[in-house]
Amino acid sequence: MRAPAALIAMMAVVALAAVPAACRQVSEDEVHAVAVLLRCVVCQNLSVADSPSETARQMRELVRERLVAGDSREQVLAFFVERYGTWVLLAPPARGFSLLLWVLPFAALALGLVTAVAVARRWARASRVARAPVPEVSDAMRARIRAELERPEAP
Amino acid sequence: MRRILRWLIPAAALPVLVLLAYGFRTDPRAIPSPLLGKPAAAFTLATFEGARVSLEAVRGQIAVVNFWASWCDPACYDEAPALERAWRRYRDAGVAFIGVNIQDKEEPARKFLARFNHTFPNAPDRDGRVMVDYGVYGVPETFFIDRAGRVRAKRVGTVTDEILQQEIERLLAESKP
Amino acid sequence: MIPELGYAATVVALLLAVWGSAAAGVAARGGSAAVLASAERAAVGMWLLLSCCIGLLVYAFLTFDFSVRYVAFNTNRGTPFYYRITALWGALEGSIVLWAWMLGLYTLVAVGRYRRRHREFYPWVLCVLLAIAAFFLLVMSFPAPPFQRLSPVPPDGRGLNPLLEDSGMITHPVALYLGFTGFTVPFAFAMAALATGRTGDEWIVITRRWTITAWYFLSLGLLIGGWWSYHVLGWGGYWAWDPVENAAFMPWLTGTALLHSVMVQERRRMLRVWNLALIILTFSLTLFGTFLTRSGIIGSVHAFSQGSIGVFFLAFLALVLVVSLGLLAARMDRLRSAGEVDSLVSRESAFLLNNVFLVAAAFTVFFGTVFPLLSEAVTGAKVSVGAPFFNLVNLPLFLGLIFLMGIGPLIAWRRASAANLRRNFLVPVAIGVAAAAAVRALGIGQLLVVLCLGLVAFVSAAIALDFVRAARARRRAGAGWLASTAGLLRRQNRRYGGLVVHLGILVIALGVAGSQTWSVQTETTLSRGQSVQLAGYQVRFDGLSAAEESNHFRVTGAFSVSDRRAPLGVLAPAKKFYPQEQTPIAYVDYRLGLIEDLYVVLGDFARDGSSATIKVQVNRMVSWLWIGGLILTLGTVLSLLPDRRSPV
Repeated sequence: MRAPAALIAMMAVVALAAVPAACRQVSEDEVHAVAVLLRCVVCQNLSVADSPSETARQMRELVRERLVAGDSREQVLAFFVERYGTWVLLAPPARGFSLLLWVLPFAALALGLVTAVAVARRWARASRVARAPVPEVSDAMRARIRAELERPEAP
Repeated sequence: MRRILRWLIPAAALPVLVLLAYGFRTDPRAIPSPLLGKPAAAFTLATFEGARVSLEAVRGQIAVVNFWASWCDPACYDEAPALERAWRRYRDAGVAFIGVNIQDKEEPARKFLARFNHTFPNAPDRDGRVMVDYGVYGVPETFFIDRAGRVRAKRVGTVTDEILQQEIERLLAESKP
Repeated sequence: MIPELGYAATVVALLLAVWGSAAAGVAARGGSAAVLASAERAAVGMWLLLSCCIGLLVYAFLTFDFSVRYVAFNTNRGTPFYYRITALWGALEGSIVLWAWMLGLYTLVAVGRYRRRHREFYPWVLCVLLAIAAFFLLVMSFPAPPFQRLSPVPPDGRGLNPLLEDSGMITHPVALYLGFTGFTVPFAFAMAALATGRTGDEWIVITRRWTITAWYFLSLGLLIGGWWSYHVLGWGGYWAWDPVENAAFMPWLTGTALLHSVMVQERRRMLRVWNLALIILTFSLTLFGTFLTRSGIIGSVHAFSQGSIGVFFLAFLALVLVVSLGLLAARMDRLRSAGEVDSLVSRESAFLLNNVFLVAAAFTVFFGTVFPLLSEAVTGAKVSVGAPFFNLVNLPLFLGLIFLMGIGPLIAWRRASAANLRRNFLVPVAIGVAAAAAVRALGIGQLLVVLCLGLVAFVSAAIALDFVRAARARRRAGAGWLASTAGLLRRQNRRYGGLVVHLGILVIALGVAGSQTWSVQTETTLSRGQSVQLAGYQVRFDGLSAAEESNHFRVTGAFSVSDRRAPLGVLAPAKKFYPQEQTPIAYVDYRLGLIEDLYVVLGDFARDGSSATIKVQVNRMVSWLWIGGLILTLGTVLSLLPDRRSPV
């Protein structure tokens, strides 16, 4: 990675000065983990991690820089939100109206499951109701019937 | 009751259709800026001529910061003469113009400048920091900053003489701090 | 000349479609054979004229006739020959022509197949098909005419979007449209069933093959789209949850649900209302997809829109939804279910769950896609909904579906006894658990990956067990293993075709899981002779070369690749500079492998070729997606074979 001499000198000064705790080693995975949550601002729907564009590369650099400077993940995301608005996040935070986005799909699934169980039970109940009293069946017949029912079903 | 309930099925389609129709009024690429009213981010860049230009240096004046790229055809090409004209008209009234070149290569950018003979400072934003600081997501974008250094207006897309006049005169009319 | 001829053909075809639809409707109510025959002739005429339109456009492309606006905007003199033909569907207007032509073709097939049989449905089917074709012809006539004249005639055209100069472009839209339009016929039959009041199970049986074929082409279109994204767009991914990808995925999800729930209706005569609602939903989603791409209301990679065309599509979508759902609501009392189950644990319930998961997934994708719009409407703020949301919410649904793939084929209809469950599932569950434990022991920590692999093992074991048991049963009759398996596949081709398709989906699921979990990448700037290491590969920058091609200027990098054992050759990612494009297009180069692909994208470079910035990716198991697609194809072919089962 090219770094202009001025930047190197500056970093050396900072390193020599106080605050060693602020500068830390940041792995590519950490940068990637933040970058996948940010929207590449010049692309259509790609994350900063995925996009091959120059802007995305610069944004990744910026993410790396801020992580190295000690920002937490949330702080890095907040940095971008301050400048671009919530739009720059690839999924809105679960607050306010956007809570609906996160809740409704699960609510729909729950509704679907409840409905499915209700329908299945209605089918089963209908069957129980429809079954008229049957004449007595011998044990041998019963065994044969059971065996038939348990054969692997031919479609 | 069940007879009425069944008509919920086609009725359920209506809100979705209304929402989609609403979509015609929106522009998916028009992002509102959260920077309005906030202090403009400071920056210091080296112009194409080698001079230094910084936002701090023009504090106390109205500042017009325009982001452009040489490949931004026709929008940036259309507004370039208007920018130069406005600069010449208002420079003595205490308005500074700064052009920031983003996502570009040096040679085509210089060609662009040569073509339009900009006399106000233009500098490349090599690492994209200024671009991010201003929440720029496309070109051209123009920011209008008041004397106290706050971003007061942002225009996305080509700016015309009228737009420039309107925004600048509005800020000029405000009393000096 | 061509613009006028083409436009005339379009308008006449539109008139024929309207006439044919009206005539078929009249014949459906009145029963006159002569009027019906007139409608059939109109359908034939419409298709012939649409074929003429395509012929004229292709001729215009091949002869560089830039007086046709569509030709001038989508090719130039440098565009290679085959892309000049496929540019036909490269932009908005041409894509509508292709859609309308396919619709016309399907209409003729329906005419040929059903005019003698199914006379009760046939007139209505023809009426609906022609009405839909009329809509597309209307779009071709007014908001998006492909035959607009450009005057003065420019000396050269603008050129094709460079991203479209690729084999994926040749096949992806065709497959996708065959899928989309394929669902029109089952929809028409559903409308016919509702209109005639014959809301029994006939329409399902008749349209089974159409539904499977449409579903298959949609799957193929999605996979080719993924392949195209992977090897052209330069970001190393195959799916971005872009709104237009979602728009094709939603009908696929509901189409899959339909494929399964029709089996319940076919065998047990249940879920009638649901199936009608599902085909209406699926067809509407195909319209929604085209609306999304062409209206500009949601930003997307694919969006190739503008103008009033969005209004046309929305109006038509509204008409379709209101009329079809209204018809369904009106006929609801005729749609009582005829079957029963004896227990909550049964195949019927498994299918119900399958449908719940698939439709919930479709809803999630839909909601996530339109949420930015909703949020803006309600709060005024713009938000983005992308991969983090879709991945998170859909993942449990997809895992659930994989689980059901293992259960469904083996659980009994009506009532699954404890003995039945034990017999069919003990071994596969054991294998699944063992696989999960093994994966964990191998050091893989992520819970979801372990779960996914365990489920895949469970389902594979269940499928294998089914095959083995059934083949063994046939063997007892005296045939060898190979003959038994072949005979089994042929006799019960629907069941085993379905199982093979499930297998294909499993392979795809493995590919997705593997590539998401284990792919690595790095980005670096190399000077000449320098190399970078990633996952056992070494990539060395050798230099750049520049070349002038027929319609673009290309800078190609040369990168020698080697792994620990031996040199593997040279990769040549490039940057193409097209005069009509504002920014250069990155062209990736890659080495494909069964387990992993090496993928190199050229970014920035110094003009003198002394340094280059590249992104290197080692993408794991992406090839499994394409292999899964092949298996899917085999399974589909198998299930489409004519029934050879001996009557029971």
